[in-house]
Amino acid sequence: MRYIVCMKQVPETTEVDIDPETGTLLREGIPSIINPFDEYAIEEALQFREERGGEVTVLSMGPPQAEEALREAVAMGADGAILLSDPAFRGSDTLATARTLAAAVGKMGDYSVILCGKQAIDGDTAQVGPELAELLDIPHVADVREVREITEEGITVERMIEGGYEIVKAPLPALVTVLKDINEPRLANMQGIMRANQTEIPTWGIDHLGMSSSDAGLEGSATEVIDVFTPEVGGEGEMIEGEPRDQAKALAGKLRDAGVI
Amino acid sequence: MRELLIDRKKCTSCEVCLSACPFGALSLQGNGVVVGDQCNLCGACVDECPEGALVMSGERKDVDVSDWQGIWVFVEHADGEMAGVVGELLSEAKRMAQRAGYEVSAVLAGSGVGHLVDQVTARGADRVYLVDHERLAAMHEETYADLLATMVRRYRPSVFLFGATVRGRSLAPRLAARLGTGLTADCTELDMESSGRLIQTRPAFGGNIMAPIVCPNHRPQMATVRPRILRADPPDPDREAEVIDLSGEMEVAEARTVLLEAAQEEGEGVKIEDADVIVAGGRGLGSPEGFDALRDLARTLGGAVGASRPVVDSGWIPYPHQVGQTGKTVSPTVYIACGISGAVQHLAGMRSSDIIIAINRNPEAPIFKIATYGLVGDVFKIISHLKDEVEKARDGEGG
Ligand SMILES: Cc1cc2nc3c(=O)[nH]c(=O)nc-3n(C[C@H](O)[C@H](O)[C@H](O)COP(=O)(O)OP(=O)(O)OC[C@H]3O[C@@H](n4cnc5c(N)ncnc54)[C@H](O)[C@@H]3O)c2cc1C
Ligand SMILES: Nc1ncnc2c1ncn2[C@@H]1O[C@H](COP(=O)(O)O)[C@@H](O)[C@H]1O
Repeated sequence: MRYIVCMKQVPETTEVDIDPETGTLLREGIPSIINPFDEYAIEEALQFREERGGEVTVLSMGPPQAEEALREAVAMGADGAILLSDPAFRGSDTLATARTLAAAVGKMGDYSVILCGKQAIDGDTAQVGPELAELLDIPHVADVREVREITEEGITVERMIEGGYEIVKAPLPALVTVLKDINEPRLANMQGIMRANQTEIPTWGIDHLGMSSSDAGLEGSATEVIDVFTPEVGGEGEMIEGEPRDQAKALAGKLRDAGVI
Repeated sequence: MRELLIDRKKCTSCEVCLSACPFGALSLQGNGVVVGDQCNLCGACVDECPEGALVMSGERKDVDVSDWQGIWVFVEHADGEMAGVVGELLSEAKRMAQRAGYEVSAVLAGSGVGHLVDQVTARGADRVYLVDHERLAAMHEETYADLLATMVRRYRPSVFLFGATVRGRSLAPRLAARLGTGLTADCTELDMESSGRLIQTRPAFGGNIMAPIVCPNHRPQMATVRPRILRADPPDPDREAEVIDLSGEMEVAEARTVLLEAAQEEGEGVKIEDADVIVAGGRGLGSPEGFDALRDLARTLGGAVGASRPVVDSGWIPYPHQVGQTGKTVSPTVYIACGISGAVQHLAGMRSSDIIIAINRNPEAPIFKIATYGLVGDVFKIISHLKDEVEKARDGEGG
């Protein structure tokens, strides 16, 4: 049985800096990584395979260099990888991304679980997973922090909600989006890295997916970013000085002004 | 297809566009500027080019969206109580509706939820669409998306808003995909033009940049909105609304998912998503026991306890308390960061708090850059005095 992991290559944000003059992101030379949440999705899929057999395929839509991220996933232990890359996919919003991924999943044959990260750290939308599930007409559970059981009939998961959790069972095939808490992703070993170097990663474009250009990329996107700006931060911060006791007293005064005591 | 074109005759290689590009997609090559794969076609460079050398080709024509009218707000509820964000959304919707001559409708679906009609009316709804059905008792995304899609197609709202809660962020994308429309995630600001165009502003890259987003050619314009950011007006019990009860009429599909159990996490009291005050601790606390002092202070303030990632990874406190890019996003009235350095990933989860208080013994810690009030010193000394001061202030009120 096949497990599909949707993963995205993102810039490593620890390194993202703002140009003080233009107020835009400086991205030159910033390394790309596998979206952190997606590493947990890969690890979870590998554990499914170890428990129940089957194979793990990683799937990513992105520019040609996203192949590196797919190779890293193969080095971790994924059996195969598919890159969805085409100039026609450029400028995709979550809807166009989900449509493209759905078209690819349609080409891949039978599968039992699709795993996504909770969200990608560049866009932070957390929308692609549920949108993909809807387009494939399969159930989904978002924000999964533990898989309790997976059998032929279905997958039982613990999902984190505000202040607590829910235990939800979904019949297969199903899609889950996973949180950081779910496992501890393994590191690639030497053998994996060598295998990854030898693995053929096919690239599928819009024609292979049989999509119309009006459904993909910018044309297939419903939303449009009209501007990008840097939020004003701090600046007016006030330092409260003195001995701890005086600092505490002054701070209590501020809390009272704010109406919280 | 839309495309960014560069007029070689006009390009002077001045590099203005290079720094204007938020995606780092432009670079200078032998014969001028070239566009790389990272280009998101946002057009930021087009406006900046002093020579007019950058052109966006193939702009799409606007389609007629004029028969989509009004603003809908999804009424999220749990255990018979309306989620706090609903009041915020209805208040904002009311303010925006005035500008476009729209009405505000609340969409109330669930099992045994009739008692919420008065509440959503008092909060600003002109109309309430009610669907009361036992199959809606648990909020299965599929069932709700199916029902809401039917209603949207019938009544054609121009805007449909959801809270950016766990449930809202799971349901809204499912519905948007079903309707084939756009959805903007986790907005922190909304604005409406008189034409009915909704400007949805949201943070990206962990809050390092803000992006206003529109949905020009599809309806409804959908957004999830971060709780506790928009201002909720006080309820007005004298308001009246038209109630459209669709309970008997709407077909409600059975979900494929089954809810086996729902539980509140025992322990630490207030949920951090709903807390007015969050006392958060980082590696500066030195040990798991360091959180005892924070819990004490949080209890005194009626708040919740948050944490940075390394202390969660070390097992000092469980994951539901983690704030930041790989944890939760919160926006309380007051966020007290104790022994937290203020890495961008942590800031991503708390920078929209109203008042940020930083306690750190290193005056160079980045957290001070975004702090409303900064205190340099030992966290334990300061918070133990703070707790005393708070208790004193309370007693002083005769409480
Ligand atoms: C992909 C990715 C995702 C991440 N996601 C998150 C996330 O969701 N949330 C998150 O928080 N981090 C996240 N991080 C980690 C982040 O980069 C930082 O490592 C982390 O936030 C630092 O935690 P800290 O401030 O507790 O520890 P430190 O950086 O070690 O800071 C401790 C601070 O305590 C101060 N201190 C020490 N002793 C005292 C004392 N007695 N009194 C007062 N002050 C004292 C020190 O001066 C220091 O500033 C992520 C990182 C990556 C790469
Ligand atoms: N371009 C992409 N290719 C493959 N998977 C993606 C892509 N974008 C998003 N995803 C998946 O969807 C999840 C949520 O992404 P997002 O909705 O962008 O926050 C990610 O963690 C991935 O699992």
